[in-house]
Amino acid sequence: MKTNDVILQTTTKVVFFIIFLFSIHIFFAGHYTPGGGFVGGLLTTGAIVLLLLAFDLKTVQKALPFNFTIMTAIGLLLALGTAAGAIFFNVPFFTHAFDYFTLPLFGETSLHTAIIFDAGVFLVVVGSAITIIQSIGGDS
Amino acid sequence: MELVMAILIGVLFTAAVYLILSRSLLKIIIGTGLLSHGAHLLILTMGGLGGLAPPVISEGVTDFADPLPQALILTAIVISFGVTAFMLVMAYRAYAVHKTDDMNQLKGNDEHD
Amino acid sequence: MINLPLLPIILPFLFAILLLFFKENVRIQRALSLVGVIISLIASFFLLVTVKSEGVLAVTLGSWPAPFGISMVSDMFSALLVTTTLLITLFVVVYSFTAIGEEREKFFYYPAILFMVTGVNGAFTTGDIFNMFVFFEVLLIASYLLIVLGGEKKQLRESIKYILVNVVSSALFVITVAYLYSVVGTLNMADISVKIAEIGQPGIITVIAVLMLIVFGVKGAIFPLYFWLPGSYSAPPVPVLALFGALLTKVGVYAIMRTYTLFFVHNVGVTHEILMVVSILTVIVGCIGALAYFDLKQIIIYNIVIAVGVILFGAAQMNEAGISGAIFYLVHDMLIKGALFLLIGIIIYVTGTSNLRKMGGLMKTHAPLGWFYLIAAFGLAGIPPLSGFIGKMLITQGAFQTGNVLGSIIILASSLIVLLSVIRIFIYAFWGEPVELPKTKRKPYARMMLPTIVLVVLSVLYGVGTEWLIPYVTDATDVLLQPSIYIDAVLKE
Repeated sequence: MKTNDVILQTTTKVVFFIIFLFSIHIFFAGHYTPGGGFVGGLLTTGAIVLLLLAFDLKTVQKALPFNFTIMTAIGLLLALGTAAGAIFFNVPFFTHAFDYFTLPLFGETSLHTAIIFDAGVFLVVVGSAITIIQSIGGDS
Repeated sequence: MELVMAILIGVLFTAAVYLILSRSLLKIIIGTGLLSHGAHLLILTMGGLGGLAPPVISEGVTDFADPLPQALILTAIVISFGVTAFMLVMAYRAYAVHKTDDMNQLKGNDEHD
Repeated sequence: MINLPLLPIILPFLFAILLLFFKENVRIQRALSLVGVIISLIASFFLLVTVKSEGVLAVTLGSWPAPFGISMVSDMFSALLVTTTLLITLFVVVYSFTAIGEEREKFFYYPAILFMVTGVNGAFTTGDIFNMFVFFEVLLIASYLLIVLGGEKKQLRESIKYILVNVVSSALFVITVAYLYSVVGTLNMADISVKIAEIGQPGIITVIAVLMLIVFGVKGAIFPLYFWLPGSYSAPPVPVLALFGALLTKVGVYAIMRTYTLFFVHNVGVTHEILMVVSILTVIVGCIGALAYFDLKQIIIYNIVIAVGVILFGAAQMNEAGISGAIFYLVHDMLIKGALFLLIGIIIYVTGTSNLRKMGGLMKTHAPLGWFYLIAAFGLAGIPPLSGFIGKMLITQGAFQTGNVLGSIIILASSLIVLLSVIRIFIYAFWGEPVELPKTKRKPYARMMLPTIVLVVLSVLYGVGTEWLIPYVTDATDVLLQPSIYIDAVLKE
């Protein structure tokens, strides 16, 4: 089927990056305000789905040459690793650690192990959602 | 407010049951989606509708909402998101193999001895 | 080692994740999953010993104080079940090496098994009612993948129904938890028990108890909610069926036993009476189903339903003999169902059909298979000194103590029907005129026999060595009958 979707494709090229950057903002905002890994991951997924709508599956796979199953696995490993790190310090599972550091540019910042967990969640959400969409879209 | 929520949840459950009892597979999946939405709203209502206060406790704050139902709903939403996505894939595959999405034709009791 | 109760949950999860990286390499898949299950099994044995010496272990995730954080609690009951789960998984994994076929092995078969074990062990261990829902979903999603893996026509058709039933029951679970939360305002199971004791179980709690029975009854296949089980369980290949039959319904049974001994103990006249009537009806419909079919899989599947009824009948008695009988029978049933499914898997492999009418005379060609099947069949029916005997004896003893004579007679009579149904398989498949067998390779047969034989031998040892197991089961019974032990361990601070 041949359709003329120049407008969609051109807008997508711009909007994709806006959504992606916003998802990263949401991801970091989740530290103190609404947001976090899950929502950020869903937004990124939304951006990729927009790409899939505007272009076809093959083009997107060429543009984003990731194995999304592996991405899910890495995400799970990050999340589990952060939670299980507590085992080695003999404190209950999932206990997180944080401290305040003075970084250049940022000033006093609180660094938190929970952010690694959230990064894991982010990867799991993107990886699994795209895997599902690919497995449906792969046929047609 | 609780009354409005109760009616809303009831309507969602009614619609969900109606859709789940239909024969088309896709309608059934939409029905399960509505069912879980109803359940999530029920958790929210059952935790007590706390008004406008934020779910934060700090010194001197006396009015706060219960944060637990919100955490529960988030978990439940994530789970139902995953299950619904999986079901859609399954339904699509089943449709591709069986060439029908009519549950009447997917009974399959005739194979038993 | 404060996190010990969590190890049997985390380790399978870790290995499942690692397996995702090696999708195409079957050898690594097999080796890693075997190593993972063995390490988890060692951890669970260690847990069992620790629980025996130190009593109930509790750990609260994220170092939050007890009623607010998510508690994970290992008492003797859950430790026993966790160990049995991993034991069965070990044999099923070894069996799968030859039985499942490379195509499935390459498509996340082993990761799905390990994710499911994570969910099962989590559901056994958790001390938080909502967390139990989460672990239920973990094991269910893994089981959705397992049931549809391979994508045969029948599998796709049946798995849709399986998923649908479970999605509806999960929604009901969420609704029930919401009601419970609105009444008691807490999710920690120990704390719920305390709060219910304080308000003395008003009518709404009894309603919640019945709702819980429905929710877990769908998973555990009690009457009249077992309707999905025979159809769905006949779809997947035998190793998956063995896992489902041995583990999944038992999670529902565990949840019923846990909630009905910890929460709803103040209005036993209503709640436990319902449980008992339902369990007897479950046994009866299971017996009818087990006799009605000429299909190997269906007969054993209906035996799952019978066993669920027997266990819950024991649990409904709420006295020492009844509960400890139920625990004995629960562990026995996990072992023997695993063994039986693996055995009929071999029979199906050898004969190429699961229809009893098309087999016969296997005894002449496959004598060891016949003898081990006979042992397992006698064990299932509970002929002393095999494993089913002690559990059933204690259950009926408990029922006689509470005066439920009719119920005990039905349970005893059901043993005969169980024996009849499994011996029917023996007679049709092993006796009579030999039929021509399709050509099967000898080597896979021997490889499939090995884990099966070990599992049958283990179940025999479980029966013969009952004497040594009694202290463990007594500990488990004590915790169930005296919720204060459980509560004190969780809310110690």
